[in-house]
Amino acid sequence: MTMKTSNRQVDGVTIVDCSGRITLGEGSVILRDSVRELLGKGNKKILLNLGDVNYIDSSGIGELVSAYTTVKNQGGELKLLNLTKKVHDLLQITKLYTVFDVKDDEAAAVKSFS
Amino acid sequence: MSAQRVSYTLDSTLDTVNSAEEAASQIATEAGFGDEDVMKIAMAVREAAVNAVLHGNAYDPGKKVTVDFERTAQDLVITIRDQGKGLDLAKVPDPLAPENLLKTSGRGIFLIRSFMDEVEINPSTTGTEIKLIKHVHGAPGDGEEASQ
Repeated sequence: MTMKTSNRQVDGVTIVDCSGRITLGEGSVILRDSVRELLGKGNKKILLNLGDVNYIDSSGIGELVSAYTTVKNQGGELKLLNLTKKVHDLLQITKLYTVFDVKDDEAAAVKSFS
Repeated sequence: MSAQRVSYTLDSTLDTVNSAEEAASQIATEAGFGDEDVMKIAMAVREAAVNAVLHGNAYDPGKKVTVDFERTAQDLVITIRDQGKGLDLAKVPDPLAPENLLKTSGRGIFLIRSFMDEVEINPSTTGTEIKLIKHVHGAPGDGEEASQ
């Protein structure tokens, strides 16, 4: 399933609803372009909703890390929402679960942005 | 059960990565592995194929990737070979080291080792061969181990 994203604005936070696979090639590029476009527009509070992401490979993990550091380096915040078990497990074994700010409630996640 | 073997010779493209992953998923399912093990096997094969296409053959259209699946009563053995310069294992970083956690690459071999029971990596000057082994534990659905 091809990766797709759509954006919503909630109380100054951009929620990026992602679906499909974040893998080497198209999926990673779509995520990268989406985050860059938001930063280009000055949207620096980004909540990636991964609830419909059913698969991610090492390139996709790398893309999440890249998005996180890119946003952080520009003075913004990027958080993750609604991890599926597969993505959760991958972030656990790669020790990235504690690097990312991971949320499971959208309203609480939006409020958590400074 | 006698050994069953199937072999693919593939171009150095992203399509190869997807094809290898799909074949692994199908063969692992037919071998009786549970859903979680099928996902792990398919992902390990995907990561090994990515290494072969990107880092081994560097997308060279003149170089091929071969993927062999061998199924015995005890194991599913998958061997992936490229025709690159040979992986330098000493240069593969530990992705769990604090200084490497925020690197955007370098997790493929770690994930392969995490998902398979045995992994052999044999680099040479004519390419790298990686052998992935998953033990057959028994009946379908018997592979629901927790991730470590």
